[in-house]
Amino acid sequence: MADVPNLIPALPEIFLVCAAMALLMLGVFQTGNEGKEGVKTAQLISNLSLTTLVLTLLLVTTIASGPVLTFGGMFINDAFAVFFKVLVLIASALAITISQEYVTRQGIARLEFGVLILLATVGMMMMISANDLMAMYLGLEVQSLSLYVLASFQRDDARSTEAGLKYFVLGALASGLLLYGCSLVYGFAGTTSFDTLAALFGAHPEEAPSVGLVIGIVFILAGLAFKVSAVPFHMWTPDVYEGAPTPVTAFFSVGPKIAALALFLRIMIGPFGDLAAQWQQIVVFVAIASMVLGAFAAINQTNIKRLMAYSSIGHIGYALIGLAVAGQGGDGAVREAGIQGVLIYMAIYLFMNVGTFACILCMRRSDHMVEDIDDLAGLSKSHPMMAVALAIFMFSMAGIPPLAGFFGKFYIFLAAVEAEMYGLAVIGVLSSVVAAFYYLRIVKVMYFDALADSLEKPIGRDMAGVLVGTSLIILLFFAWPTPLLSAAAAATRGLFAG
Amino acid sequence: MIVQALAFYLFAFVTVTSGVMVISARNPVHSVLFLIAAFFSAAGLFVLLGAEFLAMILIVVYVGAVAVLFMFVVMMLDINFTELRQGFLQYLPIGGLIGLVLLVELLVVVGGWALAPEAAHSGAAPMPPPGILPNTHALGELLYTRYVYLFQAAGVVLLVAMIGAIVLTHRQREGVRRQKISDQLKRRAEDSVEVRDVPTGKGI
Repeated sequence: MADVPNLIPALPEIFLVCAAMALLMLGVFQTGNEGKEGVKTAQLISNLSLTTLVLTLLLVTTIASGPVLTFGGMFINDAFAVFFKVLVLIASALAITISQEYVTRQGIARLEFGVLILLATVGMMMMISANDLMAMYLGLEVQSLSLYVLASFQRDDARSTEAGLKYFVLGALASGLLLYGCSLVYGFAGTTSFDTLAALFGAHPEEAPSVGLVIGIVFILAGLAFKVSAVPFHMWTPDVYEGAPTPVTAFFSVGPKIAALALFLRIMIGPFGDLAAQWQQIVVFVAIASMVLGAFAAINQTNIKRLMAYSSIGHIGYALIGLAVAGQGGDGAVREAGIQGVLIYMAIYLFMNVGTFACILCMRRSDHMVEDIDDLAGLSKSHPMMAVALAIFMFSMAGIPPLAGFFGKFYIFLAAVEAEMYGLAVIGVLSSVVAAFYYLRIVKVMYFDALADSLEKPIGRDMAGVLVGTSLIILLFFAWPTPLLSAAAAATRGLFAG
Repeated sequence: MIVQALAFYLFAFVTVTSGVMVISARNPVHSVLFLIAAFFSAAGLFVLLGAEFLAMILIVVYVGAVAVLFMFVVMMLDINFTELRQGFLQYLPIGGLIGLVLLVELLVVVGGWALAPEAAHSGAAPMPPPGILPNTHALGELLYTRYVYLFQAAGVVLLVAMIGAIVLTHRQREGVRRQKISDQLKRRAEDSVEVRDVPTGKGI
């Protein structure tokens, strides 16, 4: 008899996947899945999904401890994983909260929505905790498959179907690249375990790795860059963000990106940490290209969802500076500062983005959604509070102190300067100045353009709650930054210790 | 020993003959049936090699799913196969040439193949000799213990795929008549049968 593996570290994932299946059964066996009753079932399921996510969040924080390996070393639970899991769970919970009103109004309230978000969350948590190439790939697939379906959830709408199909075809290509890279790494190193790979490369640091291995790492990098939508693998982002139902876009722009970035950091720092000389230049290039493209391509956009897509590409570029710094080598403290910057950046990015999308979800006129930036004209007269909230998010994204977005960029650029990567820091600052143009244009449209046609008035209670909560976090972060900073520091130490 | 050799030649002969028949049969349905025969005899060859798990998978997956799918496609799509076959002789020389080139390349690759002598023993989970442990057993012991996490994760992937297919394609159609057994049982003769006196020579 073989021993039963230690299930405690994976308890949140197990709970979440069991709860998703239970909710699916509960929803399917509810009487009547059509019309009014169908909407009622969908609301019940999405409320229960929200409860499940909160319970999982509690579980994640209670079982948090030192690094624990389980399932034969394929699954790791450390401070780094806990930090990102908390972010991902918050992202999913906020996405469900802001989606409820929208799905009912658009007539796509179906019970599978909540269940698919739960399953996508399971996939993300598996990615974050992956400690083996195979476990990484399977987590990524659980996540991606759920997301493909969510993108085309509004299946009677041609744009949504197109978004789903595009995402699926390109995502499958990226998975293929990633898998090909994994197979090359396995072929040349003889193992898929992150720990063994790290030990292998750490044992002979002076020896140049074989060419096949480097090609494998480059393929893995390409696959992951696709998942975080970094240039040059960003083509799908604007189309998918524009076509997918807006709450799904909100979810796309935070949850999967955060999870994929966590995986990116873990795989580059963990198993391939000693090969930093091989991948660091690529990360530098990807970071610069993403920042520049995110800054310039967004200028001409009129659709606010496309604008947010380019903005998210730019933000990923800033976050990748942190990884480039960590790959620079040299002083351990500087490398830690880079990773810590990424963690802080992603946490702040989460709240900014969800808040902005909550504002976009409030943009509707006579029962249909409007998505153009010009539709925001005169928002300060018709919805003063919403205009203030959106202005806070826009100023924060542009990185204007004392809002939280400034601190995100500050820690990243500080790390780059400490690592003496001045070029990267200068390009980052310059591109964030360019990006400030289109963020501030939204503020200008809201406050100085004449009111054309007022957006619909009452904002739902959930939405107002999310708006107030996220804008307060962004606004008051500077007053009490210690919890996030210390959590990020602990998580970074966890990553480097492992 | 002789029985084994006879079985090998039987299966090999059937596999090759069915393979030839798949591409030469005039009726596409016959082609698919020959394909199934080829799969079955290939499964027999796997059993002779001691790979009974692979043999069962071949039958379950290829015969059970793939060949049946082919059959549906062939029977439901109205493809004019005789038209497709026209010019067969015309393309035969160039097709044969490409086949020959591929064969030579395969021979070169396989001929130059050398396995590191230590590779067979350095695997993370070396294969037990078939005499001691049947390979289905050996696979199961790994799959449900060391790789249980991956096994379950693959299950979740399949579950998501199934939910996705249903979400994207299932529609509640109006006017579908379903059998409701309780309604049928509740029905009484008094509700449905009416006895009337019909006068002779007149209708109702």
